[in-house]
Amino acid sequence: MKIVIVGCGRVGASAADYYDRAGHEVIILDSSTASFDRLPSTFGGHAIRGDGTDEDVLLRAGAGKADVFLAVTEGDNRNVMAAQLASEALGVGRAIAKINDPLRAEAYGELGIATLCRTGLMLDAVNGYLGLPPSGLPGMLEASGHHDGVHHDALIPPAAVAVPSQSSDSPSVTNQEA
Amino acid sequence: MFVLVVGGGKVGYYLAKELIDAGHEVALMEKDPRRASQIADEIGSIVIPHDGCEGKYLGEAGCNRADVVAAVTGDDEDNLVICQMAKRHFDVPRTIARVNNPKNEALFRHLGVDELISPTRMILGSIEQDIPVHELLHLAALGEGELELIEAHLQAGSPAIGHAPRDLSIPEGCSLFAVIRNGVATPLRPDTIMLEGDKVIAIGKTECQELLHAQLIGEAVAADA
Repeated sequence: MKIVIVGCGRVGASAADYYDRAGHEVIILDSSTASFDRLPSTFGGHAIRGDGTDEDVLLRAGAGKADVFLAVTEGDNRNVMAAQLASEALGVGRAIAKINDPLRAEAYGELGIATLCRTGLMLDAVNGYLGLPPSGLPGMLEASGHHDGVHHDALIPPAAVAVPSQSSDSPSVTNQEA
Repeated sequence: MFVLVVGGGKVGYYLAKELIDAGHEVALMEKDPRRASQIADEIGSIVIPHDGCEGKYLGEAGCNRADVVAAVTGDDEDNLVICQMAKRHFDVPRTIARVNNPKNEALFRHLGVDELISPTRMILGSIEQDIPVHELLHLAALGEGELELIEAHLQAGSPAIGHAPRDLSIPEGCSLFAVIRNGVATPLRPDTIMLEGDKVIAIGKTECQELLHAQLIGEAVAADA
């Protein structure tokens, strides 16, 4: 799969390294080159400095038509905007945004992006450890709909993408110019 | 009308002030507590010292009964999220976003923001009225500087529109090699018909530029370089 990651913090860098080692095509963006120090020297993907909420930057980085788009910067809103840009304008299969505000996390599932809410995930992990029932807060939410009133064929329903066969023959690399 | 203004910078501050003067009910959200209390001292207790991007605080500010939400922070992504939350979660009939990066306008509109105000675009528009935009754009100097990579934006009035490169008298030592149309770059062949709005990419000797300008842009506006 072609996986684009915006934000090279601990989560972003670990994900980039993991998917790279798993044989996927990985492109990671961050607005600061220093963040790329978190990547191991063995990282074989593309690390590109730039603003992940800028359409031109994403296109130049080769993010168009990615299978997966993971927005994991420190800013909820930056993640939301980047993920919506990916799903609405770049035709990305599945866009996932890290959102810490549970209310916002819930609202965005309806808008076609999957959300990952650390608040809910952590609380449920703690509850699981303590033997308490789940918190009911959103954790990982699937995209439950897509942006209404707009025709776009960019959004592939999750069921259609969940075919893992794509990983074996990843699409040809065309972003050598970067 | 009840207007919820999010962002207490200069824009938000003066906006709230004007709205109050006009007799509207106004609430202003500003996440920096110091700035919030400073505004409250000046225009009264309409300030909510919280982050307007958080659903919880939008609710507390009365977003569900707002007639208009104006997101005027300095960050585009915040303004987008504020408007989307207002629209989706609180059913606000009219959302207005300040957009700094003009490139974001299409996306914001597509994502359901009712109205966009782009100061950058407005100033740009104002400047462009005074400056001829019908110029060749110098992209890069090549070789030892004797060659230049040039972009020509074909606009109404260009003699090249409706013609192919082989119909034009392209100066010696100059080559038109690509055209960008609707954001897609394709090679420019001798028989490719050029259209209005095309961006033609050329490489040429520095001294050919005047001739090239005449062919691609037109004679009306003389090149200054």
